[in-house]
Amino acid sequence: MAITVLFFASLAEAVGKRELSLAHVAGDTVASVRERLVAEHPQIAEFTETLLYAVDEEYAEEDAPVPAGATLALIPPVSGG
Amino acid sequence: MLIRVTPERLNPEEAIEAVRRDEAGAVDVFLGVVRNTNKGRAVDHLVYDAYPSMAEKTMRELAEEAVERFDLADSAVLHRTGRLEIGETSLLVAVSAGHRAATFEAGHWLVNEIKRRVPVWKKEVWADGEEWIEGPESLGMERAPATMRGS
Repeated sequence: MAITVLFFASLAEAVGKRELSLAHVAGDTVASVRERLVAEHPQIAEFTETLLYAVDEEYAEEDAPVPAGATLALIPPVSGG
Repeated sequence: MLIRVTPERLNPEEAIEAVRRDEAGAVDVFLGVVRNTNKGRAVDHLVYDAYPSMAEKTMRELAEEAVERFDLADSAVLHRTGRLEIGETSLLVAVSAGHRAATFEAGHWLVNEIKRRVPVWKKEVWADGEEWIEGPESLGMERAPATMRGS
């Protein structure tokens, strides 16, 4: 099963899409998925310093597992309100 | 508990009615309103993006935590998305409690936490350009270079 990746705001504009699907690799973590994403879309590298991550709508650290079928959201610093 | 992320106009009366209780002598309402200027620059309008399902989940968790922490009767959090003109309401928070002190504190706490945690973003649009704003209070900004955090 694949992983769904979501982009928002400035990052969605930089990548040129809001969503993509990625093959799952056994043992995937936030960091390993991000590595494949940056290889495919180098413009993501500029954002990583301040990016937050959510796995299935829960904030997650870089070493958190990303299971098959999960949704990984790349979240720039939020500015709601 | 009224929680909503929506492109529709926010109505304070709806949130007030949602949190009003016979035993609650105080209702505190906060409106975040689109301002016509930011950092000395004239703002034409704002565009809000959101991760709606996670935003609603995070807003609900914070609203529940506020009820717990401040012994509220109820709380409501609504956030608007899409294009907002100057003077329109982007964020609506209402809390109720037996007495006013708890509502003031809870409202203040909730708005601060919403700005730190809820996955919503604003883009400022000026006459001659636009920029996505990175919230200085956002989770994760402690890793940013000092120039991005402001002071």
